[in-house]
Amino acid sequence: MKNVLTEAKLLLIGIPVAIWTLLPIYNLFLFSISTKEDAFAGKLWPDHPTLRNFEIVFREQHHFLGKFWRQLGNSILIAVAVGVITLLVATTAAFAISRLKARGGRLVLNCALFTYFIPAAFLAVPMYKAMSAYGLLNNQWALILAMITIASPYAIWVLKQASDKLPWELDEAARIDGASPLQLFRLVYLPLMGPSLVAVGIYALLLAWNEYLYAFLLLSKEDDLTLAVALGQFLSADDSPWELLMTTGLLYALPPAAIYYVFKRYMQAGLTAGAVKQ
Amino acid sequence: MSTIALPQVEAVRTAGPRKKRMSSWQLWGALFLAPYVVVFVVFVVYPVGYGLWLARHPDSYVQLANDPVFFGSVVNTLVFLVVAINLKMVAALLLSGFFVTARPWIKWLSVLFILPWAVPSIPTILSIRFMLNPEWGVVNQLIFKLTAEDGPNWLNDRWLALSMAMLVHVWKSLPFWTMIMIAGRLSIPKELYEAASVDGASGVQQFKFITWPSMRTLYLTSTILSMIWTLGDFNSVYLLTGGGPADLTHILATLGIRYLRLDQVDLAMATIVCAMPLVLPLVYFMMKRLSR
Repeated sequence: MKNVLTEAKLLLIGIPVAIWTLLPIYNLFLFSISTKEDAFAGKLWPDHPTLRNFEIVFREQHHFLGKFWRQLGNSILIAVAVGVITLLVATTAAFAISRLKARGGRLVLNCALFTYFIPAAFLAVPMYKAMSAYGLLNNQWALILAMITIASPYAIWVLKQASDKLPWELDEAARIDGASPLQLFRLVYLPLMGPSLVAVGIYALLLAWNEYLYAFLLLSKEDDLTLAVALGQFLSADDSPWELLMTTGLLYALPPAAIYYVFKRYMQAGLTAGAVKQ
Repeated sequence: MSTIALPQVEAVRTAGPRKKRMSSWQLWGALFLAPYVVVFVVFVVYPVGYGLWLARHPDSYVQLANDPVFFGSVVNTLVFLVVAINLKMVAALLLSGFFVTARPWIKWLSVLFILPWAVPSIPTILSIRFMLNPEWGVVNQLIFKLTAEDGPNWLNDRWLALSMAMLVHVWKSLPFWTMIMIAGRLSIPKELYEAASVDGASGVQQFKFITWPSMRTLYLTSTILSMIWTLGDFNSVYLLTGGGPADLTHILATLGIRYLRLDQVDLAMATIVCAMPLVLPLVYFMMKRLSR
């Protein structure tokens, strides 16, 4: 009897949590398989489920979606570029700070941490002005560079934490064998840091894929936009085709969710450990 | 680990013949550090310096103080911080207790529970925006079916709209903080709970005397970190209400961007400078904590 009561109590928490979590996402999915009439009728399941919305999006048959494939490509390109370059910048910095004990390393780490803690929305205005001073506005590099700036501090922090855990004897042995710093980096450091590198690369990639504010400030040519900005543009119209907006939104939300679940093991260990050090 | 290793390095460094080689290691250190230093100088130091220079006119602050939208935004920001964060952190703390319960279905639920955090903001916030649409949104249609009365116009009233923005914020970030709290709970030794239940301690007593004392530091750190991030939460407000109705639901983060869009860069920077007395002490606290 007591067991039944416990289970009932757990369900009483679990069911509302499930509804709370899934409702907005289910609504997104529902719209994508509904005709406009069904979607606006507030039904829990459409009378005539259809894949027509996806067809319209894939064939770019609505003026809001004229550049769907192009913008999808932009999102991918920018996310991959940010992931790769952040990884490069952060790995070398963490190596210098943690393994080479480079002079000024501590200071650089503190600068990085400081940048990490300044909310990105507050950095956006000065960043916008700087990009315009550099003549990079309306150039995708502006977004890539801005996202690298935002992603690398945390990447450096996580990699530095992971790197500190590698046994120091490895470096000693490599040095005694006459290894150069470059060989130490390539042959000892990189192979051992594998899982953290995956976590950090994915982190930067997802950050760039999901970014709205910077993309919307720094890009304006229709051909350069990412999907996030294109979705935001739907909002400016009064008669937005909501079912198409939601379909595109669903397509845009799927890759990061899939990537997250595939790399969940790396992500949770690497990211939660770094986020709040006890 | 590194603190133990450090003296060894010093020992090698002071050994005479190696000295020249160590300086080449230092050179490599500088080289490896260089890419990030360049990024930091070009995209953080210069923009921030330039921004502060733009914000130097006292006139900007007078203008801000005279703008009713600014005062409203400060109030909104503070309300957002106090209400949304406490709601979220308490919920995360309690839910973590639910999620560490060993049941197969809870394991599955925890996988789904991460979704709001794992997917991008835009599609889900727009989905919620439509759910709150007074005529066609599922929320008001449900209210109508149940009570035969029209639901409120959710996004057309300052406090209602701001509450909805806070709910969006909680919806989006609750999974992350719950995950952190779960990690915290899992690090508490199981024996403590076993001993407590042998002694006949109730669930509440176990929470009060075992869970809370072990989690207090983590909870405080998480709250501070969450405050910093919430101050910069542009999406929850901008994508849900756009700052409306009549610019009544802006927070400082969206207000800065609003001025920028209106080509009033001085005011945008001044707004951000005004947020600094809130941000910097929190940043200082976090940096102290992390660089220990």
